[in-house]
Amino acid sequence: MQIDLTVNGKRTALDVEPRLLLAHALRDYLNLTGTHIGCDTSSCGACTVLLDGKSVKSCTVFAVQAAGHEVTTIEGIGTADSLHPMQEAFWSEHGLQCGYCTTGMIVSAVDLLQRTPDPSDDEIRAGLEGNLCRCTGYENIVNAVRAAGKAMRTGEPRHSVNELMPIHPPAEAPPPSGEAIIPEKLEEAKA
Amino acid sequence: MAFTTMVGARIRRREDPRLITGRATYVDDVRQVGTVYAAFVRSPYGHAKITSIDTSEVKGDPHVLAVYTGDDLHHAHNVKSSLPVAHKMADLKTPPHYMLGLDEVRFVGEAVAVVVADSPYRARDAADSIQVEYAQLPAVVDPLKAAAGPPFVHESLGTNVAFVFPFAAGDVDKAFAEADVTVKQRIVNQRVAPVPIEPRSMVANYDAGMQQLTIYSATQIPHLLRTQLAVVLGLPENKIRAIAPEVGGGFGAKLNVYAEEAVVSWIAMQLERPVKYIETRSESFQAMIHGRDQIDDLEIAAKNDGTITGLKLKIHANLGAYHQLLTPVIPTLTMLMAHGCYKFENIQAEVVGVFTNTMSTDAYRGAGRPEATFFIERAIDMVAQRLKLDPIEVRRRNFIAASAFPHTTATGLTYDSGDYETTMDKALKIIDYDGLRKRQEELRRQGRYLGIGVSTYVEVCGMGPSAAMPAAGWDSATIRVEPTGSITVLTGVSPHGQGEETTFAQIVADELGVPIDQITVIHGDTDKVQYGVGTFGSRGTAVGGSALKLAIETIQAKAIKIAAHQWEANPDDLEYRDGKIQVKGDPSKTLSTPEAGFLAFMGDNLPPGLEPGLDATRRFEPPNFVFPFGTHVCVVEVDAQTGEVKVEKYLAVDDCGRLLNPMIVEGQVHGGIAQGLSQALFEEVVYDDDGQLLTGTLMDYAIPHAEQVPHYDLDHTVTPTTVNPLGIKGIGEAGTIGSTPAVANAVIDALAPFGVTHIDMPLRPEKLWAAMQPKPTNGSVP
Repeated sequence: MQIDLTVNGKRTALDVEPRLLLAHALRDYLNLTGTHIGCDTSSCGACTVLLDGKSVKSCTVFAVQAAGHEVTTIEGIGTADSLHPMQEAFWSEHGLQCGYCTTGMIVSAVDLLQRTPDPSDDEIRAGLEGNLCRCTGYENIVNAVRAAGKAMRTGEPRHSVNELMPIHPPAEAPPPSGEAIIPEKLEEAKA
Repeated sequence: MAFTTMVGARIRRREDPRLITGRATYVDDVRQVGTVYAAFVRSPYGHAKITSIDTSEVKGDPHVLAVYTGDDLHHAHNVKSSLPVAHKMADLKTPPHYMLGLDEVRFVGEAVAVVVADSPYRARDAADSIQVEYAQLPAVVDPLKAAAGPPFVHESLGTNVAFVFPFAAGDVDKAFAEADVTVKQRIVNQRVAPVPIEPRSMVANYDAGMQQLTIYSATQIPHLLRTQLAVVLGLPENKIRAIAPEVGGGFGAKLNVYAEEAVVSWIAMQLERPVKYIETRSESFQAMIHGRDQIDDLEIAAKNDGTITGLKLKIHANLGAYHQLLTPVIPTLTMLMAHGCYKFENIQAEVVGVFTNTMSTDAYRGAGRPEATFFIERAIDMVAQRLKLDPIEVRRRNFIAASAFPHTTATGLTYDSGDYETTMDKALKIIDYDGLRKRQEELRRQGRYLGIGVSTYVEVCGMGPSAAMPAAGWDSATIRVEPTGSITVLTGVSPHGQGEETTFAQIVADELGVPIDQITVIHGDTDKVQYGVGTFGSRGTAVGGSALKLAIETIQAKAIKIAAHQWEANPDDLEYRDGKIQVKGDPSKTLSTPEAGFLAFMGDNLPPGLEPGLDATRRFEPPNFVFPFGTHVCVVEVDAQTGEVKVEKYLAVDDCGRLLNPMIVEGQVHGGIAQGLSQALFEEVVYDDDGQLLTGTLMDYAIPHAEQVPHYDLDHTVTPTTVNPLGIKGIGEAGTIGSTPAVANAVIDALAPFGVTHIDMPLRPEKLWAAMQPKPTNGSVP
């Protein structure tokens, strides 16, 4: 079937089997491999994308159902040159370890803040019930969503990866003490 | 300010930008032109004879490239169709474990055929069109029944007992004869599933011209995978390249060599096409290893003051139908750690490994140690309950004293360092233990049931000395100082979330005086990296990081020789200070590592006899394991109406020696606690009596959501180790090991007013509710 949809702001034409899942269309037809697949029962949320701005599990949507609609994947949420505050917060708060659930988790969290811009911790936990993480125990994910909410409410500008973690040409390299962002507990850790 | 600012600092992870932007490459993201897709046909029975496999329906399909059964592999040239098990047990029964079931299947999910098609959907369709006929055989899933007699999982063995491993030390009979009190309990440590969110994934390609097999696999052990594939497929090891790209969680489940990895590799050789296989979650529940599944019968002897004097222990370990890589090793670790933090000398133990018609058990986060910690920490609480003592006091009375380290246990391990009482006291102070006990009393008067659970754990990790491992306990690191001053680190460990791209760069930045952004850490590719053993057993930083430290020392020694030549000085008069070379005590003139590296590259101004280039490869052989420890405190309230458990507070005070990046250490502890807590409250793999898997999807198997776990408070103490040059202990598994008994002790403590002394996990509401109901007086069971 021929379908037309908009993916990350770009109009896209695809020729797909009716049974093709949106998750597979994004990954295998458009090479948007940031959308991950972790289960076969719509339980894990790794494949979460925005469909017309609302989070959906792309393993539960046929590609043909997305015809005429707008899809935003993690690649469209933010890039290395312009990180979404949620991406930055996951990084700064150590909200990820293996990273596999992370992309879907970030997309869900973006949707959560759209609906609830200043959520309590309980609301964050409840709002992420569709996404499973096996690494972090969720503690730092909650911290990240809270931090992102704050950044978004106060209108923090977007940052690039390079601003937050500069790569210096050898000649311009700063002294090696450059990057410690939170050197708390340092003396204790070295004791 | 001292120069060394990286080690000990909370710096953002260097691996994260690619992960948060969706630009990381996991196995399923590897794109190769001409890729074809494998799908496996799996047994729906726990135990059956394969009477026929009819592949005729798919053989003519132009989209289907090939179909193979166990017979094809069994008769293939050079292929050993049985999979490896690593162990050092003389009497272990090792029945053949074929890559594809041959004649008989012994667990639900055992692969019997594989089909290859030009799309993943068509491959699945084709697999569903293959007709397999089975004749069902009697199955056994209960390890106690299986140990007692038929039916046998492997008829030819004439038994289901794979091994019996006895152990005795001290005088147990005397300890029990002289005991004031003994406590006897059967403790079931239920089977759980590791559930990394990325399932098993692999893509293999064969370059017939170069006779080179390349496999990308979601593995924790790329080099060991390469070695085992060489053995199984009959290929020279130097013609295999194994790559672990981004790996989406492991937890021990990817510390293995799976049939599918060998089969997909072999198919790639037959078809000379890239062959991809990504398992579904349902397949993962069936055919990725499970963890735990022990029945631990213990009897403990104690004096009236709470002093533990002896332990009798019988472990029935459910091995599953076959040995996977480390299956028989895991329960022996339980026996070794049966002491916990306590100094008793009299122990009598027996480990019985039993085959059943289930998926293999193997290493799952903690791997044998959580089971030991669980039963000894439960036993301490039961002794306290019997003697009407505070469980804290019983622990205090039995701790190995801080002054007694290194301490050799009756089971033969030498605990390197520890200070259990200080860590426990810190935890009790933070949580206000005495205040909690008072509150518990008050609430009980109101009919509310607060429970306070403490677990004081010690665990064995940093695997480990080679002599104590099934194979190779060392690891490796290479450092290359590149001509323009950037530094390349090649590590033999294979991180998949543990953050060593960052922590290793922190170490190098400090020691070699280069900005962290000039350091790249490469791992997980056998063609790039020297042989390494991999990431498991909380060894990545303790062993791999120590190898890195050795490589740093070699680089520094050579750089000093280069500086000495420039300055016409004696190398013995120079030192590395704040990351640069200087004359001892005189920072007025320095040479940086990049400068030394450039001189080493140019090669025209080096001391006579010194080779050009500045790089080093070193290996670290740990002289011992490391033994991190800690105290976890869990506070719960159990709802008397519903049996529901609300975790009110969770505190972990851990000690893993020096912290390289506290942020990463805390992340490891958080995740560990969640998994251990989840075993205590939610998770359980269930097979019915025929071996049918009842928890085969994420709809039926409960890994926790964010709402189901609490906020965790963390703190730590620092007791360094001398086992390795970094003074660090592993922290990957400690959270899991410490948390399960803390949660269970809390829940059972809450139910103490109902006369409850023990309930097996998972501690779900229905069980707790039943335990809180008035006991029937007519002897009937409710």
